[in-house]
Amino acid sequence: MNNTQATLALASAANESTAPESRKAMIQLQGVGKHFGQLRVLKGIDLTIHHSEVVCLIGPSGSGKSTLLRSMAFLEEYDEGQINIEGQLLGWQNAEASGVARKRAPQAKINQVRQNVGMVFQQFNLWPHMTALGNVTEALQQVRKQSKAQARERALAMLDKVGLAHKADAYPIQLSGGQQQRVAIARALAMEPHIMLFDEPTSALDPELVGEVLQVMKTLAKEGMTMVVVTHEMGFAAQVADSVIFLDKGEVVARGTPQQIFHDAEHPRLQQFLQNYLDRNAFWQDGKDAAAAKP
Amino acid sequence: MSFDPHIITDHLDDIGNGFLVTLGTWSSGVVLGLLLGLVIALAQVFGNNFVRAPLRVFIEIIRSTPFLVQLFLLYYGGPSFGLEMDPIPAGILGLAVYGSVYFAEIFRGGFESIPRGQLEAADCLGIGRLRCIVRIQLPQMAVIILPALVNLVTVLCKETAVLSIITIPELTMVLTGIGSQTFAFVETLLALCIGYLILVEACSRLGMLLETRVGRFMQRQPQ
Repeated sequence: MNNTQATLALASAANESTAPESRKAMIQLQGVGKHFGQLRVLKGIDLTIHHSEVVCLIGPSGSGKSTLLRSMAFLEEYDEGQINIEGQLLGWQNAEASGVARKRAPQAKINQVRQNVGMVFQQFNLWPHMTALGNVTEALQQVRKQSKAQARERALAMLDKVGLAHKADAYPIQLSGGQQQRVAIARALAMEPHIMLFDEPTSALDPELVGEVLQVMKTLAKEGMTMVVVTHEMGFAAQVADSVIFLDKGEVVARGTPQQIFHDAEHPRLQQFLQNYLDRNAFWQDGKDAAAAKP
Repeated sequence: MSFDPHIITDHLDDIGNGFLVTLGTWSSGVVLGLLLGLVIALAQVFGNNFVRAPLRVFIEIIRSTPFLVQLFLLYYGGPSFGLEMDPIPAGILGLAVYGSVYFAEIFRGGFESIPRGQLEAADCLGIGRLRCIVRIQLPQMAVIILPALVNLVTVLCKETAVLSIITIPELTMVLTGIGSQTFAFVETLLALCIGYLILVEACSRLGMLLETRVGRFMQRQPQ
């Protein structure tokens, strides 16, 4: 009980936005850093994500946004600072230590801490030798030790949630990219996560298939799922996110509401990033402007 | 030139026994070799350098020496190291060890062919390493490595002929024996070829059946 109260106190203290007091801190990052060899790709990130919050991470490629997200599932072993998932230290036994003194927690402990974290990947990462249903039931049976019938029932409910109950017996190769990604979302949701992490979930999709995946994610957000999304879909970020974080060169450059980030951008690096994005996506202009824009 | 089919028909019992011995040593050697190869591959893929380095040396030694010499060393040299074996167990072990290093290389390639992301997905869902190997990696690898496995298994089938030198009464020993007794080399050697042909052909057919079975998920159209 004390622990929960402490967490709550921390959450409200760290909370600069308008979130109500009762909101619990789901993910807390303190001074998180990560090196790839000599390159420091994350430089001391501090971040708190609260219950039901939808956070979008944006930034140029190489800014560290995917590495940051993957660290939250311990797919990257962050080597500085600490990440707490619902108050529990993720991945390390002693996060205050650095270098070789840092000891990896036992695998069972790592799995226990992140059991409420669901992950969705850019490349879907479905298991191609299993049907859509098999992909969803696998962890229910192997990890949660559910009976075949139980797992099947749960999996069908999840596939139905993403609108794919009728594709339960299809193999991934028989599904479109958008459908595969929705199966991947169902697979993660089946484990009843409290937090969902999305790593560029629509970047590998044909443009016309992006919408169906974003729709599923919007529904999840409405239902109050805590979500962290690395995305290039600024429209999604603007509509759905509670806060948007702009990363550059491994640092949080700006954090704010979509309004603050997209409309009132102050930081020059952010302005430049958004301008590039707008230029790339403006494929049609009025006659006069288009003529003026021609080199 | 004469051709006397009676040479074969008169010795059908012996030839049949030889055939069974070949089939037995071959299949036991293959099963044992597959298991050994899988263990070596797993140790190489998941082990640290202390495990990998000696295995690398072992693989190189076995790959760069002839099977005949290895077999001689195991059967005739074995007793000097306190390893006394009957011919058939020695033959099976020799075949298994010889095959295992090639099996290991095939398995290793198979493990490396499964995209990392699939393993990360399993990892995130709490699926352990062993389960991941059994449920996710091996079934997919099977499709990729089956042709190479079948190929190696047929090569091992023909390598069983070498077992005759350590007095195992397999097909080659039986038929060349009949040949030298009767001087009917054409009949006996032809029968020998047919014997191996039957075994290898059966193995290839079985392999193809397996390939379609394990590769069902690769088909774009539902059946």
